[in-house]
Amino acid sequence: MLTNSPPVLTNPSLNFLETVKQATPGDSRLTMCIQCGTCGGSCPSGQDMDHTPRQLFAMIRADMRDEVLRSNTPWYCVSCYFCMVRCPQEVHITDIMYTLKSMAIAADMYETNSAADLSQNFVGYVENYGRSFEFGLATRQYLRHQPLSLMRRASMGLGMLSKKRIDLTPTRIDNLGQLQAILARAKELEAPT
Amino acid sequence: MTHYLFYPGCSMQRSARPYLDSLMTIGPDMDMTFEDVQDWNCCGATEYAAVHRIPSYALVARNLALAAQQMNGARTLTAGCSACYLNLAKTENYMRRNAELNLVVNEALAAGNLHYEPGSLQVRHLLDVMVNDVGLEAIRARVTRPLTNLRIAPYYGCMVVRPDLDDHFRSEEYPMSMDRLLKALGAEVIDFPLKTHCCGGHMTQISQPVAFEMIRRLVYGATQYKADLMVTLCPMCQLNLDAYQGEVNQHFKMNYHMPVLYFTQLMGLAFGHEPEALGIGKEFVSARDALARIGVDVPEETAVKRPLHRAKDDPSLPMPYMPEENQ
Repeated sequence: MLTNSPPVLTNPSLNFLETVKQATPGDSRLTMCIQCGTCGGSCPSGQDMDHTPRQLFAMIRADMRDEVLRSNTPWYCVSCYFCMVRCPQEVHITDIMYTLKSMAIAADMYETNSAADLSQNFVGYVENYGRSFEFGLATRQYLRHQPLSLMRRASMGLGMLSKKRIDLTPTRIDNLGQLQAILARAKELEAPT
Repeated sequence: MTHYLFYPGCSMQRSARPYLDSLMTIGPDMDMTFEDVQDWNCCGATEYAAVHRIPSYALVARNLALAAQQMNGARTLTAGCSACYLNLAKTENYMRRNAELNLVVNEALAAGNLHYEPGSLQVRHLLDVMVNDVGLEAIRARVTRPLTNLRIAPYYGCMVVRPDLDDHFRSEEYPMSMDRLLKALGAEVIDFPLKTHCCGGHMTQISQPVAFEMIRRLVYGATQYKADLMVTLCPMCQLNLDAYQGEVNQHFKMNYHMPVLYFTQLMGLAFGHEPEALGIGKEFVSARDALARIGVDVPEETAVKRPLHRAKDDPSLPMPYMPEENQ
């Protein structure tokens, strides 16, 4: 039975609230949430989320780790920072959403895989070239997740090409080795989740 | 001559090339020079932090460290793209205010023989630099082709004005600097209530219904206010509102036609530059009709349309079509 269970990625000495708080760089102020709901009311994609940020924070406090990491909420966050600037307790909501995304990827528990794929492909290009690569990212994303829209997108791609607004090959920075060394060291310094 | 360090970012290299081209065209008019950060790397946009947390700050800090090394007395590091600007400004701010994060990030930087001392750079957006360093009076004095009768919806989007950790724009939801700038150029500026609403960012790649609705709200809003065009300061906003407008029209069975240009392109027009030098004509939703109102003639699209079928008696081998050959 134990052989089939997923690898234990939690830090057993911490509850989920403390884990999220410590994993978020800077001061997240997560424990300051007063459950007022201003965040959800300010969110432009709130109606498409499984849980509003307020609900999610209540679930974090209730130690509902799996439900939180399976929620589509962090993936539907568009990083507009409306919630963060309106929060009366100055909770760094957007930063916490990033933390939850990275924890869901690490635990392989995300439901909306197209968003996680986009982020991971993006990271791949940054780590191998030092630059983002729009053409490669968009093509991979459409082939995997929206193949039916490929025809419409192909015409847009041709438009981008004829307007010289897209490159067909990625650009590599000169000192890629330096960047890779920095990122490798930074990964070692990441707080465990 | 004011000298600025400049972080161009990936978008400005290609998809937002008109933003960069127009900036380089108008720079000399205002005695500004922009020096690229040498060997800069991607800022991670809104994706890197979704996978790795501390490394996402180290990624940005490499750029800060390189910029500080290269400084030449210029303390200001400028950026045009919202995501680049926010990532640079946020990393600088967090490292300055959080000793623990500063320590960890610098330990990572040390693996690449770099170091960044928080506070040694001031990260600022191009709009902020134009409005507050050059000043509206000086900008007004340069205008040779006033944008009279052009109704503009100023659109700031999110990440330049929010969270605005160092308070450069003074309002996170109702900023005025671009409104005032466009007024100084002679335009009729709409008090646009959606000016800091979100364009959806990367949502077009994740959920189309969510993304299209967010784009529709903005284009519909500007249309309701009878805007001739929208003006933005962000490559992602421009791409979403411009390149996806056709698909949004299909999705909602609407017929919006709302051109979206960068504020630097409008400055260039007002300073008397020709549209070609400002990258105008590379937008999907043509600004030709709107700009005719200020007497600017944008050349018709010159790209030769590909013939749908090969002629039956064409003896040559079928070859892939390369748009560059026809330009």
